[in-house]
Amino acid sequence: MGGKGIKIEGMKKRYGEGDTAAYALKDVDMDVAPGEVVGLIGPSGSGKSTLLKCLGAVIDPTEGRMMLGDEVIFDNGWKVKDLCALRRDKIGFVFQAPYLIPFLNVLDNVALLPMLAGLHNDEAREKAMELLTALDVQHRADAMPSRLSGGEQQRVAIARGLVNRPPVILADEPTAPLDSKRAMAVVRILNEMALKLQTAIIVVTHDEKIIPTFKRIYHIRDGVTHEEVGEGRSYK
Amino acid sequence: MISLGSCDILHSWGKFIFTGFGLGLLIGVTLVMAGVYRGMVDDGRILLDNSGAELWVVQNGTLGPYAEPSSVYDDEYRTTMSMPGVDRAANITYLTMQVAKGKNDVRVMVVGIAPGTLGITPGWPPFLAAGRQVTRNHYEAVADIASGFKLGDQIKIRRNHYTVVGLSRRMVSSNGDPMIFIPLKDAQEAQFLKDNDAIWQGRRRDGAGDEAIGTTPSSNHYVNAILVRVVPGYSQDQVADSIRRWQRLTVYTRAQMEDILVGKMIAASAKQIGMFLVILAIVSAAIVAFIIYTLTMDKIREIAVLKLIGTRNRVIAAMIMQQALALGVIGFVVGKITATFAAPAFPKYVLLIPIDSLSGFVAVMLICVLASLVAIRMALKVDPAEAIGG
Repeated sequence: MGGKGIKIEGMKKRYGEGDTAAYALKDVDMDVAPGEVVGLIGPSGSGKSTLLKCLGAVIDPTEGRMMLGDEVIFDNGWKVKDLCALRRDKIGFVFQAPYLIPFLNVLDNVALLPMLAGLHNDEAREKAMELLTALDVQHRADAMPSRLSGGEQQRVAIARGLVNRPPVILADEPTAPLDSKRAMAVVRILNEMALKLQTAIIVVTHDEKIIPTFKRIYHIRDGVTHEEVGEGRSYK
Repeated sequence: MISLGSCDILHSWGKFIFTGFGLGLLIGVTLVMAGVYRGMVDDGRILLDNSGAELWVVQNGTLGPYAEPSSVYDDEYRTTMSMPGVDRAANITYLTMQVAKGKNDVRVMVVGIAPGTLGITPGWPPFLAAGRQVTRNHYEAVADIASGFKLGDQIKIRRNHYTVVGLSRRMVSSNGDPMIFIPLKDAQEAQFLKDNDAIWQGRRRDGAGDEAIGTTPSSNHYVNAILVRVVPGYSQDQVADSIRRWQRLTVYTRAQMEDILVGKMIAASAKQIGMFLVILAIVSAAIVAFIIYTLTMDKIREIAVLKLIGTRNRVIAAMIMQQALALGVIGFVVGKITATFAAPAFPKYVLLIPIDSLSGFVAVMLICVLASLVAIRMALKVDPAEAIGG
């Protein structure tokens, strides 16, 4: 499924009407290629979360255009009818906290998405196991989430985000609860997976440790994005 | 597709089992209440069945010996016997009273049975669990096992002592009081016979003193009803009409008597029990709704994540409903077991019948489905954006 990237042009999000109207996003342009990991940074209230919710098809942008690969999914209105299926099949999520489902074991936490997509349980578990192996947590497949360390939980959460091979992953502060070593490990995994699965990954972060690892960063201020390309940027 | 509801139940099985156990006790009480009503109806029917009668001849304008006081002259049965279509007729008396049993009292219905033959004379206990029927004219009794008396025990009824010569089973009044069968003459006497002190007090009150000796009635020529068996081939209604017309007495058929017992005497109790059942159903629904609501509230973040990653509303609704139904099943099983084991300990007969259990199960499932709707509504309102910070 991966290998399409995401492109956003002139995205706006307005709350309220008339005199009370306020724009949380005024002009957002982004273009993330398949296999690329970009950072999205900005101060509190700059519109990061609103942008993430728009990209995640959780709230409706007011204007703009959004493309996943060649498919226009938003053009001043959603072009896909089933946003639930869109989120399930084409957008992966990695959260600040892993938010694993506490009553499912590690394998089923990851296999749940392909199951929801209609895959047979055995096939879904096989697919999930592949990713757990790639992320080196296959030995914890039968464990319940509460038995995992923070780093292991985050790797399982990444596996869940990637399991349906979505063209784009939205990662909301994925390293916030982790120490430097584990944070860098998560960044390394995201970069490896982006390359391996040709997935575009947008990482919203405040974490100064990992900011230098992005080759491209989008700054967002007052609802407007500014791209910054740093030659020296590379993940370690 | 994996069952999210089952996984959650297995993950927090302790919470479900304990909640289900509490709910089960409530359901058990509900089933017992239904059983008490069934037991009352069954007691009424058994009372009629065991009397061996097809018609009840009672005092004109009364509802009969079980519902109202009824007095009929004890020689009326001879006239009744002469009516066309009457096969057998026998006098009978009923008297509900407390009799001493050791240091305690036991409430019984004393039945005076006419002399005759087992299987032919109406009113006799149709079968015995132990001992023999009453064969002498005085001071012998057949007691129901539920009264607690044993063969050879002495029962004091008014001033006389009776020896228990036989034990019957399931011979009870419509109130569930065990019956004690004694000879008719003794029972007639017992209906008015007073103890010595009461007689003395009565004489003093009348101001007659010792001169009143001999004026106190020493015999009673009334019975409460005449039990009639109809010649095969005759219509019960026709025979009843003849007796009504010629003897000027009220006659009830089996169906009419059952209507009086179940429709009139038990009706108020049935309504009372019905009200309890409604209240218990509401309480059960409230408990299930509260528990499922609380369990769902605890999973708000997980539900938001599930919705964000593309789980459809129907999957989330099914998860909550599965939990509510599982709670209902656990509750029902616990309730059924509780009711089954607790029923014999109740002083009144509790009759648990499969149709009540089945209806109870369906009702519990319906209550659980309804109770889960509040939690489902709340879960469906959860915004998937809650999973994204900011």
